[in-house]
Amino acid sequence: MPTEILGILCTYLLVLAAAIPLGRYIGKVFSYEPTRLDVLFNPLDRLFFKLSGIDPRLPMSWKEHLQALLTINLVWFTVSLFVLTNMEWLPLNPDGNPSMSADLAFNTAVSFVTNTNLQHYSGESGLSYFGQLTLMVWQFVSAATGMAICSVVFLAFSPNTTTRLGNFYSLLVRSATRILFPLAFLGAVVLLLNGVPMTFEGKAAATTLEGAVQEISRGPAAAFVPIKQLGTNGGGYYGTNSAHPLENPNYLTNMLETAFIFLIPIAMVFAFGYVIRRKKLAWMIYGVMTLGFLLLVIPSVLNELKGNPVISTLGIDQRLGSFEGKEIRVGAASSAYWAINTTVTSNGSVNAMHDSMTPLTGMFAMVGMMVNCFYGGVGVGFLNFFVFIILGVFMGGLMVGRTPEFLGRKVEAREVKIAMCIALVHPLLILGGTALASHLYVTDPVEYAGWLNNPGFHGFSEMLYEFTSASANNGSGFEGLGDNTPFWNIACGLVMLLARFLPIIGPVAIAGLLISKKYIPESAGTLKTDTATFGLLVFAVIVLVAALSFFPALTLGPLAEYFSLYY
Amino acid sequence: MKTNILPAIRLTAVCVLFFGVFYTLAVWSVAQVVPGKGKGHTRIYNGKVQYMNVGQDFSEDRYFWSRPSATDYNAAGSGGSNHGPSNPAHLKEVEDRITHFLDHNPEVKRADLPAELVTASGSGLDPHLSVAAAQIQVKRIAKVRQVSEENLLKLIEKHTQKPLLGFLGPEYIHALELNYELDMLESI
Repeated sequence: MPTEILGILCTYLLVLAAAIPLGRYIGKVFSYEPTRLDVLFNPLDRLFFKLSGIDPRLPMSWKEHLQALLTINLVWFTVSLFVLTNMEWLPLNPDGNPSMSADLAFNTAVSFVTNTNLQHYSGESGLSYFGQLTLMVWQFVSAATGMAICSVVFLAFSPNTTTRLGNFYSLLVRSATRILFPLAFLGAVVLLLNGVPMTFEGKAAATTLEGAVQEISRGPAAAFVPIKQLGTNGGGYYGTNSAHPLENPNYLTNMLETAFIFLIPIAMVFAFGYVIRRKKLAWMIYGVMTLGFLLLVIPSVLNELKGNPVISTLGIDQRLGSFEGKEIRVGAASSAYWAINTTVTSNGSVNAMHDSMTPLTGMFAMVGMMVNCFYGGVGVGFLNFFVFIILGVFMGGLMVGRTPEFLGRKVEAREVKIAMCIALVHPLLILGGTALASHLYVTDPVEYAGWLNNPGFHGFSEMLYEFTSASANNGSGFEGLGDNTPFWNIACGLVMLLARFLPIIGPVAIAGLLISKKYIPESAGTLKTDTATFGLLVFAVIVLVAALSFFPALTLGPLAEYFSLYY
Repeated sequence: MKTNILPAIRLTAVCVLFFGVFYTLAVWSVAQVVPGKGKGHTRIYNGKVQYMNVGQDFSEDRYFWSRPSATDYNAAGSGGSNHGPSNPAHLKEVEDRITHFLDHNPEVKRADLPAELVTASGSGLDPHLSVAAAQIQVKRIAKVRQVSEENLLKLIEKHTQKPLLGFLGPEYIHALELNYELDMLESI
């Protein structure tokens, strides 16, 4: 068991050690400073823009950035819809898998374009290789979308800012080719060496030692898995994601895939520090995020190692922890660690079934998604945190009687209103959706009997988890939920759309409004934002605004289940 | 919108070419030079191809049993039970498995039975066993196969994969390798 804890610790420390230089590199990519990889990527950039007829040097205002972002996302959505509903006759379908129904295709298209990767299908039977590879392209570009738009906010606060903040297409391509692509390729090579499949052949038939016939789904998984992890996408190649032994064959791949979940989210924080030339502020943000992360991850690991009290009453040996829905090569500790990592970062891949975890671990996973900015998704996690900074600046400024300002710009009513609306969209979507689903279920439990795989409090948790995951653009699930129905497909699809684009539009608008104001140099009257005190204030705002709005719902689900099991 | 739509379509096409085609083919090319050529790690046992990373169902008394699977080791449709910790159906299922195990292993004390041997894996395809889960089956197999318990324990020790680099993660046993060697043990 100590080796399991050491495995987690080492993973975290290795990621931190890698994230600091990577953050510097990302900062250079965003501020167009020379890097060693330019020899490769400058010509590639030119090729990209020549073929697409775009002038990458044309700077854009914050509104033009958003227009470009929304338009290209609409194109991706349309292409996905076409591919997903026509896989039957399109090429690369050796297993003869069917096309998707309209509502499932809507949900899946939205899911992958919004970087959510909520999956109401199972990869082995629900997609052709053509479908898988199409979604993989969105895994690159949707992640790059988040990073590009986040870099717009970075550039807004950089020392030599103007109201024209770079070119969206250029930032998008730079993020995808210079950051995601090289890392994904390296990851793919490691996975290949460990036996993750990469073939265009269909299912293999094999005979087991006991003589049973086993059909084995294969496909281009080794290309798909690394970008799924890196881009906080999370949509598994196989139905059970990285719990599947072909998607995550051993502890080494498990460490790599875990590391890939939160490597870029942490690096983005340091990239911010680099671009705006304020390392201390980056460390403050990293500190607050890490504090939140630790508060969720430590009790979760302990709970899974302790095991399920109900299984204990059966009088068997639970030395290794709770093992329903978990894999031996991963272990209980690394499963719990992954569960929190994947939920705080809006990744959503899993290496164990969250539905079967002990109640508190399930709750902490949900809290991670409800807060959605302890590291957060690539790019968007930082934007969520930025909203809380603005609220923190405002509250802190009022409490101590100073003008609320952030990095030399006055924060006024308009910005705070936007920030507050964005902070409240998330609870509204989650609680509203869950309330609607619960209402439907209660009024007609026979009609909707197929929804819930578990009775009682846990059944409620399954619905709450689904809407939380959709709204956090996370994509993991309490997979017992029978979610491939028109209600869940459409409701979650709409939630994902709103929850993706509003929290992108809001912070960019705030940044755009702030930099149009006069720059006021820091003075003795400025509320300093790069101190531990301010960090704690932001943390308190997060707890008050995000966590507490969900407390009543959590008491009905995981907390009620916890008390019913333990007391 | 209008000024953006054409560049967006063209850039999407370029992205599909680069990430969908070029990247995929690059990874596929690497696959052609790694062991197994990207078709999965395989070994030939008794003239039959075995996919080493995919778990198999072992439920005969003469083999080390593998973990329960919610999908009967369906490698074309992985899945866990997704039973919540408080689900009475889950409790009953586990209790049934315990009874079944104790029926076939009358020497084993209930308190020594490792939970991972009676709870379903996440993928339904777990290829591994914990050390305790293998050891607890030694008495049964020794009786069925007429081999000494000592030899079986040695076999388990030989097949225990130590944590990564000796200190990272759990130690585990590959059920298929162990069972294959078990067959070999008898034929010597």
